[in-house]
Amino acid sequence: MMMNGIGASPGIAIGRAYVLKKQEPILTAVILLNDADILIEIEKFNNAVALSISEVEAMISNYDTSQGAEGLDILEVHIELLSDPQIKDDVTEKISKDRKNVNDAMIEVIRDAVQLFKNMDDEYLSARAADVRDIGDRLLKNLNTTHKITARQYGPDTIIIAEDLTPSDTISMDITHVIGFATQAGGKTSHAAIIAKSRGIPAVVGCGPQLKNIQVDDILILDGQTGQIMVNPGRDIIEQYIMQRDAYLAQAALLRSIKDKPAITTDGTTIKLFANIGDAADMEHALGFGAEGSGLLRTELLFMGRDTLPTEEEQFEFYKAVALKAKGKPVIVRTLDIGGDKQLPYFNFPAEQNPFLGYRAIRICLDRKDIFITQLKAIWRASAFGKLKIMFPMISNIQEIRAAKAILHEAMDELTKADVPFDKTIEIGIMIEIPSAAITADLLAKEVDFFSIGTNDLCQYTLAVDRMNEKIKDLYDPYNPGVLRLIAYVIEQGHKHHIAVGMCGELASDPKATLLLLGMGLTEVSMSAASIPQIKNIIINNNLATAKRVHQRVMEMDNSQAITAYLQEINA
Amino acid sequence: MITKDYIITAAEGIHARPATALVKLTKKFTSAISIKKGDRTVKLNSLLNILALAAKGGDTITIIGEGEDEVAAMAAIDIFFQEELKHL
Repeated sequence: MMMNGIGASPGIAIGRAYVLKKQEPILTAVILLNDADILIEIEKFNNAVALSISEVEAMISNYDTSQGAEGLDILEVHIELLSDPQIKDDVTEKISKDRKNVNDAMIEVIRDAVQLFKNMDDEYLSARAADVRDIGDRLLKNLNTTHKITARQYGPDTIIIAEDLTPSDTISMDITHVIGFATQAGGKTSHAAIIAKSRGIPAVVGCGPQLKNIQVDDILILDGQTGQIMVNPGRDIIEQYIMQRDAYLAQAALLRSIKDKPAITTDGTTIKLFANIGDAADMEHALGFGAEGSGLLRTELLFMGRDTLPTEEEQFEFYKAVALKAKGKPVIVRTLDIGGDKQLPYFNFPAEQNPFLGYRAIRICLDRKDIFITQLKAIWRASAFGKLKIMFPMISNIQEIRAAKAILHEAMDELTKADVPFDKTIEIGIMIEIPSAAITADLLAKEVDFFSIGTNDLCQYTLAVDRMNEKIKDLYDPYNPGVLRLIAYVIEQGHKHHIAVGMCGELASDPKATLLLLGMGLTEVSMSAASIPQIKNIIINNNLATAKRVHQRVMEMDNSQAITAYLQEINA
Repeated sequence: MITKDYIITAAEGIHARPATALVKLTKKFTSAISIKKGDRTVKLNSLLNILALAAKGGDTITIIGEGEDEVAAMAAIDIFFQEELKHL
């Protein structure tokens, strides 16, 4: 049997099911007859609040911060909710005016507050309903102080199956025995999911009522990435998943050990590791891998898969969302890079003999100023919400930079006149992906604040190789000495003119190339988020002197077979 | 009475953690401090009410402070919105 939910905390758990049953609170419908009872009931409420707060405070002081601070933050939130004056007022009013007993008053107040959050269309806020229910459960439990709850004992390798888990349930879960959980309710941003993530236990949420089919002691495989749950799977499947689990654990251990470490070589050179992203969700994902920002925000996503050009407002919201998600870390926004292999249904591209050598990217933007200025205005406006930089693709000469900057200034003047806030100090850079731009890097450096080397196109244009053509694909080779010399020259000229040089092509995420690029003097690399830990691991375990030697050796070699063999050897 | 508008620049808006910090900050002062979004105004001493406002990144909110230490309270809240919110 197989079920699907939402993968809330990655990792694979293989173990036995324990089905947790929860009792719903029951209304008593008691009406208080005399005023003395009202005071007694209010007193009971105050005692339950005090007791609950002291319980949560005890959880805070016993909290093991080696499992991340997320749980601690949630407990602080619970303290505030427990002492919330609004909840107190509402409960007191129900007791004194409606003459309900404290049990009923509390159930109703919590139920209303839970409903209020559940009805919010914001995913994050509706997930807060679980926190309100959590403190409500605690208050109810503490009304009846004679009823002691003892911690449940679980056998080894237990996977908990529950309708829903409160954050407290998850925080106090004994993870020496509990190796994962699945719930019927919940979403990715529920606190239970957040804590599962920070404690590193796989979790699947939002499975729905199908979860009821799972019985105590069923053998389960739970994949917290894909959200799959397999019930009583065959031996071969279990073995296959044991291998997957071990590979995941090794990768996760590496990531954990270096995620928050800065990427500094053993002799003190800091390298900035950025992620290539397509939208705000990618940005968030990338920060989880230790990205220090984004070296390439592809804006094509925004223009693709639709029938019309996106408006300035739509674009502004898109860039703003990315800027906010980056939390002040830099994001390089590449202006529209369409044409070539990227077509738009509503934009009539002329049929071309050589689309890669044709009407594309900045060439379209300079020709269709209306499209370009709309995008630039949207980026300028979004720059008020974070640290954005602007990058022009496919630059082949200095006139294109000047023309693009002129339009950029036009956009700026329009916004200044309209009194719209934006970042006037925004940095402007170009992609170096056409050989003429690489060779004239000394000239272009005077016009911009940074270069970013796009190795994919630079490689195909330098070697005159169409990388889509199967017959000649072996010629597409970034380790060709010609390509490497161009890259080294661009970096050297960047340093000479005191502008930053980064790289955002595939070479940046190839571990073979890391030391070589460091040796050339590259200090910023942008890659897919998942590659960051591996590249960082190379950086923090090597020094710049070694990297420089590697660079020197490689430059003495006359063919890419020798170069790649050598680079492979030093990495082994 | 002092009032001041802020645009929320943090992506998640005033979510649970910053709201908790805001409530704690408010409790240090005797002034009555409220937060207003759209036509809804709630007291800043209730986490439940602040969360229920659902203030997101990009929203404009107004803080209203009234009482003996309103100047000091508003200055502290100013630092919170200008500086601390983005780190929470």
